[in-house]
Amino acid sequence: MSTKKITVTVNGTSHSVEVEPRLLLVHFIRENLNLTGTHIGCDTSNCGACTVLLNGRSVKSCTVFAVQANGKNIKTIEGMAEGGALHPLQEGFKEEHGLQCGFCTPGMIMRCADLLERNPNPTEEEIRWGISGNLCRCTGYNNIVKAVQYAAKKMQEAEAVPA
Amino acid sequence: MIPQSFQYEAPATLAKALSLLQQYGDAKILSGGHSLIPMLKLRLATPEHIIDISGIKGLSYIKEQGGYLKIGALTKESDLEESRTIRTRYPILMDAAKMIADPSVRNLATIGGNLAHGDAANDHPAVMLALRAEIIATGPNGKRNIPVDEFFLGFFTTALQPDEILTEIHIPVKKAKTGGAYLKLERKVGDYATAGVAVQLTKDDQGHIAQIGIGLTNVSAAPMRASNAEAVLKGKSPTDELIAKAALAAARECDPNADLRGTVEYKRAMVKTLTERAVRLALKRAK
Ligand SMILES: Cc1cc2nc3c(=O)[nH]c(=O)nc-3n(C[C@H](O)[C@H](O)[C@H](O)COP(=O)(O)OP(=O)(O)OC[C@H]3O[C@@H](n4cnc5c(N)ncnc54)[C@H](O)[C@@H]3O)c2cc1C
Ligand code: FES
Ligand code: FES
Repeated sequence: MSTKKITVTVNGTSHSVEVEPRLLLVHFIRENLNLTGTHIGCDTSNCGACTVLLNGRSVKSCTVFAVQANGKNIKTIEGMAEGGALHPLQEGFKEEHGLQCGFCTPGMIMRCADLLERNPNPTEEEIRWGISGNLCRCTGYNNIVKAVQYAAKKMQEAEAVPA
Repeated sequence: MIPQSFQYEAPATLAKALSLLQQYGDAKILSGGHSLIPMLKLRLATPEHIIDISGIKGLSYIKEQGGYLKIGALTKESDLEESRTIRTRYPILMDAAKMIADPSVRNLATIGGNLAHGDAANDHPAVMLALRAEIIATGPNGKRNIPVDEFFLGFFTTALQPDEILTEIHIPVKKAKTGGAYLKLERKVGDYATAGVAVQLTKDDQGHIAQIGIGLTNVSAAPMRASNAEAVLKGKSPTDELIAKAALAAARECDPNADLRGTVEYKRAMVKTLTERAVRLALKRAK
């Protein structure tokens, strides 16, 4: 079994490790780094539970090899809250009841982080298309849409106020 | 699902990638990995070597140059979606990019991989047939241009040789009075097409259809051109009657299989409806 040395930055911390090329990024995150906030639902790139940010863009980590992330930046749900304060998306999901069982939530939030980065003020329709690759079996999506709207508003207000 | 073990290389240059392909007998190229990795996980593909070309610089671009819209093989679906050139001048490509998979898949999936995979269920092949594109393959002896009509040879089979890399796509630059559209029926976001129809056409000064390309998705073993439907409309004034006749021709010449997405009759009916609608939308866009 041959391994490959990779260096990846996950939530701001650099990790240099030897991995088997066939190791999936989601397994690397969950099992090597013990960051179990990233979930595995379908294992076939359909449900979005495993969504993380790879160089700022949402990807389904069950369909990426860890070696493909070599030299890149990864952000998982564990990296969203900063200095003890929830990210506006996390706050939005809490305030608007955007989750029930919570299984889809980490992936949903990472996907929405990418969405809001590129489109800070999305319409309801853009939000619905934006999360179309993430499945939720509980909420019926309406409160997820509200949570994203809550976060978008809060993030724009924060932009508007000079620090 | 865990793939079988393989050796992995991520060359930084095209030259290095080509020499690795030559060196290894059993190697697979990886671009976005979103067709390949699912196949590796199911062990439908068990290559000994994987050559990840995604880090090669200079293979991701969208530019109009020398009479062509040139798209680099590593251009991602999300790049197409965000491109002003595509949005304003090539709506057929925007239609397709937005209907492919879902936003996270589109952040990695490449246009080169979509074509090289040779899957009649993928959406870009029909679009390239409608656009009469050329596929540029680079091999040990340099580049060759493959007309799209000679590219898709059969079920998951393309004209690419094992030692070649698809590097670029050439699409004739948009002319005046030209419009296109891609319509796809899918059961849900992320599903492959039940049927898809791509149309690109150019009108002449009299309003006749001077040129037309029609490609069909997922209704034949290999991506196919609806030649009979094209012949009905070419050189003619597009009356309702002729559009309906062309749509019927497309429905007759396709060769779908019955599966979970529908019966043969249903898919033919959908090809008919989508062809009518796509021709009308393309005409509307051909200003
Ligand atoms: C959940 C899901 C839904 C999807 N839905 C759709 C859809 O609706 N429509 C659609 O069209 N596609 C869909 N796809 C497929 C997706 O668009 C693929 O990513 C795409 O078909 C392949 O591009 P890739 O860059 O990922 O290629 P890879 O997976 O990296 O490669 C695919 C094949 O092409 C070869 N290859 C790749 N690049 C090159 C090259 N430059 N030169 C030579 N050979 C090369 C590889 O060796 C491999 O055999 C979906 C995929 C997933 C996971
Ligand atoms: S576990 Fe990755 S998309 Fe479902
Ligand atoms: S909250 Fe249960 S799956 Fe979304």
